[in-house]
Amino acid sequence: MDLGPYLLLATLEGAITAAVLALTAVGLSLVFGVMRVVNVAHGEFFMLGAVLSWFVASHVGGHPALGFVAALLIAPALAGLIAAAADWLVLRRIDYDPERTIVATIGMLYILQQGALMTFGPDARPVEPPFNQRLALPWPSFEGGFHLTWPWGLGTTSYKLFIIVAAVSILCILWAIMARSRIGLIMRATQMDGEMAQAFGIPVERVYAFVFGLGAALAALGAVLIVPVQQAHYLMGGDPLLLSFIVVIIGGLGSLPGTVIAALLIGLSDGIVSVFFSPTLAKIIATLLVAFVLILRPQGLLGKRAT
Amino acid sequence: MTVQRKSALLHLGVPLLLAALFFVLPAYHMGNLSRIMVLAVYAMGYNLLFGYTGLLSLGHALFFAAGMYGLGLAMHLGGVSPAPAFLAGLASALVIAGVTGFLALRTTGVAFMIVTLMFAQAGYLTVLYFGTYTRGDEGFVIPQAARNLLGLDLTADSIRYFTALLLFSVIFLWLGWLVNTPLGRAFVAIRENEERARMLGYDVQRIKWYAVTLSGLLSGASGAAYALLFGYAGATFASVQYSILPLLWVLLGGSGTTIGPLVGTIFMFYLIDYASSITSAYMLAAGVILVLLTMFAPGGLAGELRRRAVPWLP
Amino acid sequence: MTDSKTPLFLRTRRKALKTLGAGTAAALLPGLGTYVQAQSSEPVRIGFQVHRTGIGAAYGRWYDRTTQAAVEKINAEGGIAGRPVEIIAEDDGTDPKRGAEVVEKFATQHNCDIAFGTLFSHVVFGSAPRAGELKIPYFVVSEGHHVASGALNRYTLQPGITDVKSQVQAMAPFVAENLGKKVTMIFPDFAFGHDHRDYFSSAIEAQGGEVLEMIAIPPTETSFTKYFPKIPRETEVIYHVMVGPAVLTFVKEMGEFFGPSKPEIFGFIDSLEAVDLSSPGLEFLEGTYFWEGNPRYAQADQSEYDKAYRQAVGVDENGASVSDAKDISTYAHMFGCWETLHIVKAGMEAAGYSGTDDRAALIEAVESMTEMPLSAAHPQGAKMFNGKTHQVFGHQYISKVEGGKLVLQHTTSIEDTFYEDEVDYTTQSF
Repeated sequence: MDLGPYLLLATLEGAITAAVLALTAVGLSLVFGVMRVVNVAHGEFFMLGAVLSWFVASHVGGHPALGFVAALLIAPALAGLIAAAADWLVLRRIDYDPERTIVATIGMLYILQQGALMTFGPDARPVEPPFNQRLALPWPSFEGGFHLTWPWGLGTTSYKLFIIVAAVSILCILWAIMARSRIGLIMRATQMDGEMAQAFGIPVERVYAFVFGLGAALAALGAVLIVPVQQAHYLMGGDPLLLSFIVVIIGGLGSLPGTVIAALLIGLSDGIVSVFFSPTLAKIIATLLVAFVLILRPQGLLGKRAT
Repeated sequence: MTVQRKSALLHLGVPLLLAALFFVLPAYHMGNLSRIMVLAVYAMGYNLLFGYTGLLSLGHALFFAAGMYGLGLAMHLGGVSPAPAFLAGLASALVIAGVTGFLALRTTGVAFMIVTLMFAQAGYLTVLYFGTYTRGDEGFVIPQAARNLLGLDLTADSIRYFTALLLFSVIFLWLGWLVNTPLGRAFVAIRENEERARMLGYDVQRIKWYAVTLSGLLSGASGAAYALLFGYAGATFASVQYSILPLLWVLLGGSGTTIGPLVGTIFMFYLIDYASSITSAYMLAAGVILVLLTMFAPGGLAGELRRRAVPWLP
Repeated sequence: MTDSKTPLFLRTRRKALKTLGAGTAAALLPGLGTYVQAQSSEPVRIGFQVHRTGIGAAYGRWYDRTTQAAVEKINAEGGIAGRPVEIIAEDDGTDPKRGAEVVEKFATQHNCDIAFGTLFSHVVFGSAPRAGELKIPYFVVSEGHHVASGALNRYTLQPGITDVKSQVQAMAPFVAENLGKKVTMIFPDFAFGHDHRDYFSSAIEAQGGEVLEMIAIPPTETSFTKYFPKIPRETEVIYHVMVGPAVLTFVKEMGEFFGPSKPEIFGFIDSLEAVDLSSPGLEFLEGTYFWEGNPRYAQADQSEYDKAYRQAVGVDENGASVSDAKDISTYAHMFGCWETLHIVKAGMEAAGYSGTDDRAALIEAVESMTEMPLSAAHPQGAKMFNGKTHQVFGHQYISKVEGGKLVLQHTTSIEDTFYEDEVDYTTQSF
């Protein structure tokens, strides 16, 4: 394949990674921003979303779209409820101490992973996409006058494009909630100063449980979108955790726009670097790039100095 | 008895107790304890950075693997004998920890966690990328015949046990001494309040770099010893999982205590070993116990002991 | 258990079983007389290192089921030299460190006679040194080239499943003659993939073919489309061998990439073990070829032994669990557990094995085995064991996806899988 079309293809693939990553990472970023804790189990809520999505979809008959829509509604809600319950039962009782939260959420990681293995089994489980039209993409050519060509292998599917559109829409809705609604205001107030918020009568504990649940639900939502392309598997939570962790820090702690920009950057660079290097070398380079971005700009892209 | 005397007795008592256990424990537990002592060195190395200096790294598998592959590749490809190969393991851990520390310490807090995590991930992928030499995830075996140090057969159970004990004791005693030296106190000063330490005239950046490098060196010693005593090096040991393990051991045992890493390593090992004998869902049991411990013994086991019974615990 | 519980097919088959090779013959004679003795004897304790958790869990579950079925059969037929077989299973988490600990547990705590069952090769590598030091025979069912390469030790054997080197090189003649000579290989960038890369590229060159491009995919990868443009246009055959949960994505995305005009495709079923071929997206595989260690779908000319084995393990003719049609087995590999246990039985009986002091004699007895004919003990097919390299050699199967099922096209000869010995373990001392 020529370089031009190859780059387009890699960019498209990167954009899909970025879209799902942005959703997942925004969930982690919210938790981090508002509650100041690292949720190591975040990737497992992603996994839970995927596995529940398979479970729901495989129990809804008829057109695959029915199962998918059902999964889209049920899986994130369930994952969110489980997370909120975990917050209420455990994190609240350890006062959201940063170190203890890390250990507690590592514990949750094991519990969720093993729970998924025991209930859903060790196999990779597919979910049928609601629609999946293969789309060949054109490429402009200027040889002998301008015309469009259809390079070999340059294509995507309608569902993959839908993932991007859906993720962007969800992020816009989330932004509107944070910026315009009362619950958004409460979350922002808690983020700025928890004690002050409490003094003003905000039920901080309940806000925390809500935020923790919302963060998990966003991760699960990202997973529901991606399972028709990938598959649900009980060990799938590792990568999303690492990547969204990285995205949150690179974007700048607690900055939602920063998180989205970082997700784009990392998703796209992962795709594009793979064009020029052998795959594993590309991963090494992409990983070191992330490290050096942070070394040169420790506060992240949109973070403020000295937190 | 003064606190110092008690502390000195404890530090001498632990190796003696471990030596005595060799004569009473059944073969199975003796084998386990050999492993635990080697891995406790890893935990102690981690504790130096995390428990004493207050820097949370998520990339220590890089240092453990540096030691493991430094020794392993020297023996596997270079045919080097164990003693110089062990030094090669230490040297590679020292260099990698030194460079990583130099770069990563430009960041603090969560950014430091991520940068160390990224370096470790790059290290893991590098092991896979050079699969021709490292055999990637599959790893390689260090033949039994080659594992012979100064005429001692390291694969014999008793010699393996006492080699592990020697390594453990030297580092345990040395750390017990180190934390009471000015450097050790400077580590704690940085953990407690970095700003104040800086105002007091400490070269905080340099002291932190010492901590990362020393911590990496000890982790590397553990990795090299593990490969030598158990005859295998593989990429699994460079994966994220092995960066998280020492954190768990230290937090469970009690961070910032000299005895904590050993306690945590023993506890976690037997937790998994015991739980797996009653249920295949042993990770579930491990998860539940982790959660319960954070709720009811926040300082870790040794930390809880110090809080409730023996306040002088070092 | 009483003999009346023995499945009918085993009782009626017993006569046929007696016609087996020298090593196995003695094993299959015991009747009710030895059964009475069995009850009063100490059981033979077999430590079963099983991947219950971790990345190997999908395989581990079926290795477990096959092992249980084989032990049930062996015990129903009088056990090993009259002693019942007891399986002591321990999860290794598919982790080499835990694997070594589990082997140690078998040897020093459970007092097992042998250790058995490991699939993932990094676990074999991690555990084998301990098995050698503890002098406990370690029978692996891993298809890795580790045993025959000489990297392990005299206590580690692989008599129940062929290794990747012989599988791969036996495929090259078929690929070159029937599919094409210009090959692009796609494989995971770790040792298992590198074995495919090295052994297949030299084997296809020997057939006058060439490998145009080798695409090594990092093991953590979850999306693949971005690598496919590296496939050269003139490729006639794509050779793929991916493992792990992302393989469905891999196949789907390959289908979406090529659209209607695809080259010939040859893959290793390792990619799709435990995966339903009717999963959405896999329609693309129609008309492509697969190596199979043992045909998943019951073929028209299925042997009576395969039929009996399938029934004993609880697998239907589509390779799925009889109780759940969506629960697909790892049919191409799990027969290795069945066959290995029968070899252990034959070996112990030939060696007059009476306890852990006879472990060396057991290994020598297995080393002296050669031909293993197609039988109830070897339902996958006849095999040839090489006592020097501790590795078994056998037929390989090539199937084509037709109507959503794998249909056998070609069976290689055992000779196709031979290569020169790389080690002679019998020269090592015990």
